[in-house]
Amino acid sequence: MKLIIAIIQPYKLEAVMEELDKTEIHLKTVSHVLGCGRQKGHSEIYRGVKEAGNLLKKVRLEIAVNDQFVEPTVSAITKAARTGEVGDGKIFVMDLESCIRIRTGEKGPEAIG
Amino acid sequence: MINTGDTAWVLVSTALVLLMTAPGLMLFYGGLVRRKNVLSIMMQSLFLLCLISLQWILFGYSLSFGPDVGHFIGNLHWAMLRNVTGAPNPDYAPTIPHTLFMLFQMMFAVITPALITGAFAERMKFSGFALFSLLWAILVYDPICHWVWGAGGWIRNLGALDFAGGTVVHISSGIAALACALVLGKRKTYHNGATPPHNLVFTVIGAGLLWFGWFGFNAGSALAANELAVNAFLVTNTAAAAAALTWMAIEWRINGKPTILGAASGVVAGLVAITPASGFVSAGSAILIGITVGIACYFAVAVVKTKFGYDDSLDAFGVHGVGGTTGALLTGLFAQKIINAGGNNGLLFGNPSLLKIQFIAVAVTMAYSFTVTFILLKIVDAVVGGLRVEENDEIIGLDITQHEENAYTLID
Repeated sequence: MKLIIAIIQPYKLEAVMEELDKTEIHLKTVSHVLGCGRQKGHSEIYRGVKEAGNLLKKVRLEIAVNDQFVEPTVSAITKAARTGEVGDGKIFVMDLESCIRIRTGEKGPEAIG
Repeated sequence: MINTGDTAWVLVSTALVLLMTAPGLMLFYGGLVRRKNVLSIMMQSLFLLCLISLQWILFGYSLSFGPDVGHFIGNLHWAMLRNVTGAPNPDYAPTIPHTLFMLFQMMFAVITPALITGAFAERMKFSGFALFSLLWAILVYDPICHWVWGAGGWIRNLGALDFAGGTVVHISSGIAALACALVLGKRKTYHNGATPPHNLVFTVIGAGLLWFGWFGFNAGSALAANELAVNAFLVTNTAAAAAALTWMAIEWRINGKPTILGAASGVVAGLVAITPASGFVSAGSAILIGITVGIACYFAVAVVKTKFGYDDSLDAFGVHGVGGTTGALLTGLFAQKIINAGGNNGLLFGNPSLLKIQFIAVAVTMAYSFTVTFILLKIVDAVVGGLRVEENDEIIGLDITQHEENAYTLID
């Protein structure tokens, strides 16, 4: 079992969800997050005064999958979220020790899907 | 002789001026602060609305408009509204009940100290704010109001023109705001940059309500439903539009994009500047006043404030002090007797002496308001044990630390 965490551009969420649907990946958690990478955030101007170094708005996707779905999930996200510009985001894949479905108490791989 | 049309218009105008404070200014300022301080800044305006409403009836109105003592202040013969009745007072408004004139003026006395709160936003202790505001109303607003508008007041006798409060409301509060910013010092997180507003939608709604309410402020100051009120209405709208377009154009040129905060700030700057002039100038002059104040206020908040580094947090000085001064001086340029026979001609219409009188009124108001505000802050500082909240309370935010409330919850 793996946990996939993807940080993407907010305006790419729709395209990523569509691509994941096509790949039959339906379970995900989405949240608004703030962050910055090498582009060091962005600047805003209020009453003629510049405010630099603001964190950028991003969207964070969390998807838990069984091992055989890791590759399709990662490629679906990559395909939909990539523009080639700085700020497209990152995907992290990590081992998932356990998974419990609260409703039934099922554990392990069958609890994921 | 009471005129029912005049009375109806001034009743409505009184409510319009109340709307400028609550919720106009509350939303305008509330949107500009960070989310942890929105309730504290709104509370300050609401508190002043209640406090000054009573102060005005008890003795504030009498000090401001009551029988003259030495051209400086009114006496207490009208305290608790003694001698203020439904019968008109010919010195102030011969066609409406004296009580209505008192009520209309009450709303001006309310909004003036509320404007100052923009300068010490996000860091002043509530107890200190409350005491300071009460003393300021008594020792700064009431005397200046008497000088400029009270029968026998020395600036009124001098012949200075202030139709709806450029000097009384905007310069007095704007200069006090500068004194507050200097005495209280910067917010801990302020480093001469911008503090991103937490809700610009509030600010834009607030600016819209201020614009709407300002028709009561300026056109209501005719104290009658007549051609003078209509002229004030026209030039008020014109100056607001011209100043906002000017502000947007400057931003477009300098920063590459016009902003809605710039547009909203320009609206308020235009409304401030036309206030003293609204009963004396033409629509053409109003365009020029709007353009001038748009440039002046943009320069004040974007260049001067950053250069000197004072933390006038919501630009109470930059907009009201600078805009009010611009308007008062330009009244000395653009005033015309054709618009208002009770007024005077300005420099451009053959009377250079008016500009000199306007200058004296502005300079004395500035000097008086700055000095007394400075002294009051020092006294209040000693009485309440520090004007500012503790450093940690400032970081946590005033909503929780001063009022034990939160504007927004994270879960449900």
